Amino acid sequence: MNINFTLIAQAIAFSTLIWFTVKFVWPPLLNAIEKRQKEIADGLAAAHEGKMSLELAAKKNEETLSEVKQKSTEIIGQAEKRASEIVEEARNNAKSEAERILVGAKEEIAQEVNRAKELLRAQVSVLAVTGAEKILAKEIDKTTHADMLSRLAEEL
Amino acid sequence: MTGSTYNTPSDYIGHHLAFNEVSFGDHPFWTMHVDSVVMAIFLGLVSMGFIWLVARKATSGVPTKTQAFIELLFGFIDNQVKTSFHGDRHAFVAPAALTVFVWVLMMNAMDFLPIDIMATISNQLFHVEYWRNVPTSDINTTFALALGIWFLMIFFTIKVRGFYGWMHELFCSPFGTSVWVWPANFMFNLIEYVSKPLSHSLRLFGNMYAGEVIFLLLGMWAATGVAGTIFGAILGAGWSIFHILIVVLQAFIFMMLTVVYLSMAHEGH
Repeated sequence: MNINFTLIAQAIAFSTLIWFTVKFVWPPLLNAIEKRQKEIADGLAAAHEGKMSLELAAKKNEETLSEVKQKSTEIIGQAEKRASEIVEEARNNAKSEAERILVGAKEEIAQEVNRAKELLRAQVSVLAVTGAEKILAKEIDKTTHADMLSRLAEEL
Repeated sequence: MTGSTYNTPSDYIGHHLAFNEVSFGDHPFWTMHVDSVVMAIFLGLVSMGFIWLVARKATSGVPTKTQAFIELLFGFIDNQVKTSFHGDRHAFVAPAALTVFVWVLMMNAMDFLPIDIMATISNQLFHVEYWRNVPTSDINTTFALALGIWFLMIFFTIKVRGFYGWMHELFCSPFGTSVWVWPANFMFNLIEYVSKPLSHSLRLFGNMYAGEVIFLLLGMWAATGVAGTIFGAILGAGWSIFHILIVVLQAFIFMMLTVVYLSMAHEGH
């Protein structure tokens, strides 16, 4: 049990071994482990974020859906209103058109009647004159009595 | 043992406890225990080389089972260092702790090898008369490790506090800064500085050496007859199983003391 040169040889071996570990063994292991730890942490964070955004999207989806529903009922209501309006308008239009047509027809009828009256009057006056001519023969001058005849025709 | 016979028990033990010595000087200091040095370097290369091969191809993705095992070891050391060292442990202390633990564990574990079978192998296969397998049962090895840590301790003390700070600590603590207590302070610190490497190295050496001697005594008992063989075998098995604990525990204690000494150097008392 004596101290000798073995001590120095072992000390050199020891320091070399420590240097080797410090330089070549520890850093790659540390790197690999720390990188993996970071990757796992990142993955967990990403998963959490994904979950959060999924929740957010679901919430937004629901909101949009309800909004759309509301809007659609609104639109349907508007459409119904508009439809009834159109129907009302059409009815009014039709009524006024009918009235107009009626008025026109009445006018036309009146005109027709007038015209017929006119025609009748003229014919009657002619007929009356002819009749009178025949009755009165030469006694009645067409020209002197024309004025009276036309006044008669007007009264018809 | 093949090739040689022992006349007395002390012959047997003496032979098994003799180192393979190479002398290259007149003074007894200039001898080297080839077996200790070769075994230590071989074990260091095998263990740290294996870890290096794994570390070189370490992936941050899904690790292989081998890498997972190395990472388990890495995490164990890292956790132990984290509890007692509060600086940047990755720069030096943690890798040093890994080296100490793995290397000392491997050297201690050589104690599991059956002592006479290994002696026969070294004798018949490698033609060496003397060969001890456990480098940590050589006081030179444990003292080399402890002294290495001791110098690192002084190095880090000076690095952190400066030479003046170190001197101040040597002379002014623990009793105070007065000139009258300087000698007492210095004596106190001297004892501490001497006792640290001694206790550090002798604890490991004593455990491993005692373990080896008990294996030798049991082997000797086994040579005395049938009863001795049976009891020697049973007790040898028991001692081997208990030795698994001692081997790992001593490696762990050596590593923890290394970390504690280096932490104290970084942080002050």
